[in-house]
Amino acid sequence: MMQTVMLAGAVAIILLIFPTLYRMIAGPSVFDRIIGGNMIGTKATVLLLFIGVLFENVSMFVDIALAYALLNFIGTLAAAKYFQHRPAEGPQDGGDAKEEARS
Amino acid sequence: MINILATVLIATGILVLACGVIGILRLPDFYTRMHAAGKTDSLGAVLIVLGFALYNGQSLAPADLLVSLKILFIAVFIFVASPTATHAIMQTAIALGVKPWSRKEEKP
Repeated sequence: MMQTVMLAGAVAIILLIFPTLYRMIAGPSVFDRIIGGNMIGTKATVLLLFIGVLFENVSMFVDIALAYALLNFIGTLAAAKYFQHRPAEGPQDGGDAKEEARS
Repeated sequence: MINILATVLIATGILVLACGVIGILRLPDFYTRMHAAGKTDSLGAVLIVLGFALYNGQSLAPADLLVSLKILFIAVFIFVASPTATHAIMQTAIALGVKPWSRKEEKP
């Protein structure tokens, strides 16, 4: 019973990753891409817990999930700091698809 | 009983995450997308992780309780780190001068 619930939850999380991946690839500004990566990282942290329960080895996958959450946070902060010091390359209008970030 | 409670928590968390994904797809601006992403991400992940901590600690063995404590630490960390990351990205966008979306600019 609980295995079915966990499998359904894992499949739902994987299906939720794909629209976020679309926003990460096609996002108009570079900040959309950063926040898309942040959301995918959070979902991957949760997905690692699902995988741990499905393989009945939670005590190992909890450590991996914890490390992944830490790395996701550090990576997002690093990307935010990096783009703060490059003011010329960012987009000037957050909602306009025509003025894309060039890198 | 604890299984049902854990299932309800996990289902609620997945529903909240789905709302966040709909928001990040549909909203018009970076700031509004950030508004959808930041809150639902932290709340949904914390709900699912709490469900896992309940499900894993129901046998009350000391090793399982220790693993549950670690899962609760993940929940605390997500609850602290996710709004901080959202705030950092938002501050970068404001420092770069990204203008918020408004309805008046759409009509010429």
